[in-house]
Amino acid sequence: MKVKTILAATVAALTLAAGAASAEQVKIGIAAEAYPPFASVDSSGTWVGWEIEVIDAVCAAAELDCVITPVAWDGIIPSLTGQQIDAIMASMSITEERSKTIDFSNAYYNTPAVIVADKSMDIEPTPESLAGKIIGIQASTIHQAYAQAYFKDSEIRVYQTQDEANQDLFAGRIDATQADSIAMADFVGSDAGGCCEIKGPVANDEAILGKGVGAGTRKGDDALQTALNAGIAAILADGTHEKITARYFNASIYSE
Amino acid sequence: MTTLKSLMVPHRIVMMLLFAALVLWCALSLRWDWIPKYAPLALEGLWTTIWILALTTVLGFLLAVPLGLAQAIGPWYLSIPARTFCTIIRGTPLLLQIWLLYYGLGSLFPQFPWIRSSELWPYLRQAWPYAVLALTLSYAGYEGEVMRGAFSGVAKGQLEAAKSFGMRRFTMFRRIWLPQAVRNVLPTLGGETILQLKATPLVATITVIDIYAVSSRVRSDTFIVYEPLLLLALVYMVIAGLITLAFKRFENQVAR
Amino acid sequence: MELILETLGLAESAQLLSLSPPGWGANLLRGLVNSLKIAFGAFGFGLLIGLFGAYGKLYGGPVLRDLLAIYTTVIRAVPELVLILILYYVGTDLINKASSALGYGRIEISGVVAGIWVLGIVQGAYSIEVLRGAIQAVPPGQIEAARAFGMPPIMTMWRVTIPAMMSFATPGLANLWLIATKDTALLAIVGFSELTLETRQAASSTRAYFTFFLAAGALYLIVTLCSGVVFAWIEKWARRGQPSLREDRT
Repeated sequence: MKVKTILAATVAALTLAAGAASAEQVKIGIAAEAYPPFASVDSSGTWVGWEIEVIDAVCAAAELDCVITPVAWDGIIPSLTGQQIDAIMASMSITEERSKTIDFSNAYYNTPAVIVADKSMDIEPTPESLAGKIIGIQASTIHQAYAQAYFKDSEIRVYQTQDEANQDLFAGRIDATQADSIAMADFVGSDAGGCCEIKGPVANDEAILGKGVGAGTRKGDDALQTALNAGIAAILADGTHEKITARYFNASIYSE
Repeated sequence: MTTLKSLMVPHRIVMMLLFAALVLWCALSLRWDWIPKYAPLALEGLWTTIWILALTTVLGFLLAVPLGLAQAIGPWYLSIPARTFCTIIRGTPLLLQIWLLYYGLGSLFPQFPWIRSSELWPYLRQAWPYAVLALTLSYAGYEGEVMRGAFSGVAKGQLEAAKSFGMRRFTMFRRIWLPQAVRNVLPTLGGETILQLKATPLVATITVIDIYAVSSRVRSDTFIVYEPLLLLALVYMVIAGLITLAFKRFENQVAR
Repeated sequence: MELILETLGLAESAQLLSLSPPGWGANLLRGLVNSLKIAFGAFGFGLLIGLFGAYGKLYGGPVLRDLLAIYTTVIRAVPELVLILILYYVGTDLINKASSALGYGRIEISGVVAGIWVLGIVQGAYSIEVLRGAIQAVPPGQIEAARAFGMPPIMTMWRVTIPAMMSFATPGLANLWLIATKDTALLAIVGFSELTLETRQAASSTRAYFTFFLAAGALYLIVTLCSGVVFAWIEKWARRGQPSLREDRT
């Protein structure tokens, strides 16, 4: 009797799940790990942040029926190519390396990469100054690629989320971290971030650091790419982008 | 053991041919060009996995003996803490234990500034001590429960005989009780060690670079998804096979 | 109550864990519900695999038996974390490729279902071994008696073998259920919103890592302890009418 019920429940669950399919919805993949102030879960369980509002605005402007779908950051590109999501809007920089695997829309914000370290430490954002130091970076980011290419004499620790790297910077386990300047400005302004300050941007290398943040789409999915481009252009033109930015930051985070 | 003769059955030959064809297909049609570049890193990662596994099983076992003993014959003020410890370790996910030890403890560091100037700080900054601690405690928790049964399983008559010869309690423990209990748990040790091997990749989430972390790095650097994972699974299967063989030989020697 | 918390210095933690925002308690509970859903589904799916697998291993042909042996060996030698990644990416990719090759659109796979499918396959390998041992422990005379009365094989399975093996299988199955609940934590690494991921999000938003990981640990522990009670009751029920096993221990 008991076994029968369990069997019936399992079969029912599996069939139910396979059935619900709707073709028109566009699944926008974001990182399941919090990335404030761009995307994070609040205490009532809803996703909030600059990027979440931009996604809503872009989808509204492009008349797309979007569903925000959190997936693991270090598996976000496989999720896109494996069709679990249709687009990535997760502060992902447009780089040559990624463009071999996926397509990108036009950029919707840009932010330089900076080094953050303890206030008491005399650190310059250069390979020489960081030699022998421990640098924390988030896995699968442009910063990981950059640190591996330039900071060859430093110990590099790879974290799954930037928040965990920040936490270890705060705890003193790492000497410095490299990340996006805007996210870091937010961290440095917080209570925990009081320990640390932005030491300055790293020397630019466009091949690695990319040309701003864009929405990733599957290769060949030109219709969606065009729609997203139109949506981004529309919110840039009608001031929505600026309005959302003003609510989070005190300066523009977009440049041509 | 599977002998050569038992493999020479028609259906097994067909299956082996199919398997060989599958391997050949994998070798030819999947991408393996990344292997030479990452081989040195992979060897280092493999070494990390192996020494963490060896160290934590040995330490964990040493801790499991008193835990088992305390539960089997200890007075209440020893048996209750030992039982509570085993219940907590076995009742919560290891991933959570690792994160609690690493990030949880780390988040408390800034409240105690003297930690940074203490002798232990160079170790507290590293990730591996936390990994070793968490895996040791976990192994001790599971094996302690097994040891409890093993100690209770030693025939009472032998102990009474030893007592009637006037043997001291400690000698009795060393010469009769412990060897018999260890022999009782030997068949389960191999299995427990494989379970421990399967727990090691979790340390990659706290920045220890084991073989799993290397495969994640390949995935994030090259965007190749399946190949590193398949190779990784193969590596773990080989290690598990070697562990099984080693314990079989060991068991045969002890049983003689 | 508040005074006690205040004196212990726990007022802040209590506020962080309260059920209504700004507390994160509701998030953790939602995660717990998802974890339990996945664990329950995976356990059931694993039992299904285990039952057919055990019968296949005992009564199947040589090819089926070898295939099942490969399945159980591989699953038990590879870390769950690696299996979850492989099954998650390969599984969903293959399903989508197959469905588009057949001309259907993309099949929507929710997080819970993907978790059930992934963990269920892992659980199945262990289930097979537990159930095989239990089926073998059923006295053959009982099955022969059913056969002698002309009971068809499926009915024998439902009416005789499964009820008779329940008492042998419950300890192993209880253990598997606990493994299922704990393995759901690994899904945090693939980004499923279950208890461990919700905890991680709450911890990183508030920086109260210690409080939240302890709280999540307590929730897992409560689940474990409650399951222990339930399974002890099930075992007693399954064993009714059988001589106690504890009596021969002197």
